[in-house]
Amino acid sequence: MSKDRSSKNTMENSGLSADEQLLFCNARPEPYKPYSIKAVEDFANWARANSLWILAFGTGCCSIELRPLMTARFDISRFGIAGRPTPRQSSVFIIGGYVSVKTLKRIIRSYEQMQGPKFIIALGSCPANGGMYFDSYNTINQFDLYLPVDMYVTGCMPRPEALLAAIMELKEDIKVGNCDGANRYVENLDWYKANQKKVIKNWDMPDYNW
Amino acid sequence: MNTLLDRLATDFGIYDISDRKPAITTLKVEKQQAERLIRELRDREGYTHLNFITCIDYIEQGIFTLVYMLHNYGDKSTLGVEVDIDRENAEMTSIHTLWAQAWTYQRELREMFGINFPGSPRQEEDFCLEGWDDIPPMRREFNTKTYSTETFGHREGRVSEDPREHMKAQLYPTRGGDN
Amino acid sequence: MIYASMSEWFGRVGNFGLTLLIVTVYGLLVGALIERIIAKVQGRVGIPYSQPFINIAKTFFKRTAVSHGIMFYLGPVFRIAGGIGTLAFIPVIYGSEMFSNFSMAGDLFLVIYFMFFGQLGMALGAGESGHPYSAIGIARGLSQMTAYEVPFALAVISIVIQYDTLSITEIVAAQQGGWQNWTVITNWVATLAAMLAFLGMTGYSPFDIFLAPQEIPIGPPTEFHSAYLSFLQINRALFGATKLVLFMNLFFGGATGWVELMIKTLLIYMVAIVVGVAFPRFRVDQGIRFFFKIPTLIGIMSIVYVQMVLA
Repeated sequence: MSKDRSSKNTMENSGLSADEQLLFCNARPEPYKPYSIKAVEDFANWARANSLWILAFGTGCCSIELRPLMTARFDISRFGIAGRPTPRQSSVFIIGGYVSVKTLKRIIRSYEQMQGPKFIIALGSCPANGGMYFDSYNTINQFDLYLPVDMYVTGCMPRPEALLAAIMELKEDIKVGNCDGANRYVENLDWYKANQKKVIKNWDMPDYNW
Repeated sequence: MNTLLDRLATDFGIYDISDRKPAITTLKVEKQQAERLIRELRDREGYTHLNFITCIDYIEQGIFTLVYMLHNYGDKSTLGVEVDIDRENAEMTSIHTLWAQAWTYQRELREMFGINFPGSPRQEEDFCLEGWDDIPPMRREFNTKTYSTETFGHREGRVSEDPREHMKAQLYPTRGGDN
Repeated sequence: MIYASMSEWFGRVGNFGLTLLIVTVYGLLVGALIERIIAKVQGRVGIPYSQPFINIAKTFFKRTAVSHGIMFYLGPVFRIAGGIGTLAFIPVIYGSEMFSNFSMAGDLFLVIYFMFFGQLGMALGAGESGHPYSAIGIARGLSQMTAYEVPFALAVISIVIQYDTLSITEIVAAQQGGWQNWTVITNWVATLAAMLAFLGMTGYSPFDIFLAPQEIPIGPPTEFHSAYLSFLQINRALFGATKLVLFMNLFFGGATGWVELMIKTLLIYMVAIVVGVAFPRFRVDQGIRFFFKIPTLIGIMSIVYVQMVLA
C-alpha cells in the first residue's frame, strides 16, 4: 500500500524505521461527503443512530459504568446498542474515565482503525478537565485536544442512567446529522497530530493507523 | 524473634529495630550488608517470600530508604529490611538472583525514582512510562502540578475549591461553619 | 435438468430469487427472535425484531472501508456464494414446483460441498486480513468443523443407504404420509448423530469457541467491517436458515407450506438454543473430543442400524 512518498497526500511516518515504513500504509485520510440524495443520507443516519456498536475498550474506572447497561436492569440492547470487541466494526468509542498517556496512544490507534462515521462519548470528569487527576504526571487534562469528542458526560463517576441519557442524546444528534467528529478529525489532522505528538514522546507507530 | 534480632545485630550490625504492628518488624541495615542479610534471612531463617520492594524519598536528609518486605510462612511474621542509600547517584545491589520477581520492582524503582540496580535484567527498558524524558516522577523535587499544566494544559473554567469550605457553603449553609 | 426454453430457465431463477429473499428475511427474523428468547432467559427485554435489518443497513452505509487485498474482498463473496449455493440445491417446499429451486438427482452431494465451500472461502479471506485473532479463529473454526462433519457425514450416509437415493426431493418424498414416516422415527440413530453435529454447526454455546467474543475478538471476521460485514451478516442469517431447511428435509419430513416450514425449523433451532443457554463453552480440544467420541459412535451405529435393522 505504500504510495508515492513525495506526494502531498501521504503522511511522513517519521516515527517508524525505514523498513517498518514499507509495512504500513502512509496515505492521508480524506474527509468524506454525505450522500448527495438527502433521503438516502437521512435513512443512513437513522440506521446509524439505531445501531450503535460500542467498542469494548474500557480506558479507566468509569468504564465500569458500562457493564450495568448490559444487564437486566438497564438492558441497553433494547436501543440497538451492542458491544463489539473489534474497532473495525464498532462506531462508538466510550472514553471511560481518566486517560493516561500510555492509554491515549492505544486509544488513538483504536479510534483511527474504526470506520466512519464514528462517535466519541467522553465519560466522567477526567477527559473533560482532568478531574481528580488534574495534577497527575501521566494523565491528560483535556481529551478534545487529541481526538474529537461528540458528547461529554460529567460526574465522578456518572451513574449508568447518565450514560444512557448521553447515548440517547447522541442518537438524536446522529439522526439530524450533527455528529461528524471523524470529519473534524481528518480536516484538522495536523493540529490533532501535533497535540498528540506533544504528549506521546515515543511515537513509534504510523502517523495514521489505517 | 528477639534471639534472631540479637544475632543479626551482632552479625550484620542492624539497628533501629521497631515493631510497627504485632507481626511486622522493621530494622535498618547498612547498604553493604543488605544483600548478605537478605540472603541469610531467606536461606536460613525462613523468610522465603518477598512481599515487595519500595522506596521512600527523604529529600530533607538527602537519602532514599529502600524497604524490602520479607515474609516468613512458618511463624507468619513479616520483616521489613530498610536500607538508606544516597539520593545523588542512587545505586543499590540487585537481588534478582534471590527472587526472580525482584527485577520487576527494580525496573519500576529505576523508572520512578531513578535508582540504579547494576546487573538487573531489562533495566534500560520503559516500564510504565513510555518515552519519559523528565526527572523520575516519584522524586519529590518533581512538581507534578507544574509538569501537568505545562504538558497537558489547563482547561479554562476549571476551578479548585477547598473541600471543607465548599461543602460547608453548599451543604450546610445555615450552620455558619461549626458543624 | 434440461429446460424447455430460456423463459422457463429465467422463471426458475426468478423463483429462486424469491426463495432466497424469503429465506434470508426469515433467517434474520429468527435470529432476532432467538436473541429475544435468550434475553428473556437472562431477564432482559432484548433487541427489537427490526434490529438485524438496521444493523445490515448501518454496516452497508458506513462511509469508509479499508482493504487488505484481493482475497479480503473475496472472503465475504465466497461466504455468501456458499450460502446461496447451499440453498440453490435444496428443495424448500415439498411438492411446490415454484420453491423446489434447482433440486436434482445428486443435490445432496452439492449441498454438503457448498456448506464446506463458504467456510473455506471465509478462511482464506480472513487469513489475508493478517489479524492474528482471525487466524486463531479460523484454526479453531476449521478444526471444529472437521470434527462435527464426521457425525453429520455418517448420518447422511446412513439415510442415503436407507432411502437409496442422493436426491433431497426423493428423501423428502419418502417421508411423506404422516409423522411415523419421518427419518426421526424410522432412523432415529442417524437423526441423533446429526442433531449433535447440528449443535456444532450453529455455533452456539457450548461450541462457540471459534467466535469467542471475550477472548479472540469474534474470531474470523475480526477485520471485516462496513459492507464486507453486511455481506457476512446477511449470509449468517441465510446460511443458518438454509441449514435448518436442510435438516428439516432430511430428518423431519420436509414441509409442504411456508407455515409448516417455519414451525419446524424454529423447533429444530430451539434444540441448539436450549442447549446453548444451559451449557457453558467447550474449549476447542474438548469440543473436538466430544464430536469424535459419542456422536461419531452414534453415527457409525446409525449405519449399522440401517444395514441390520432396516434392510
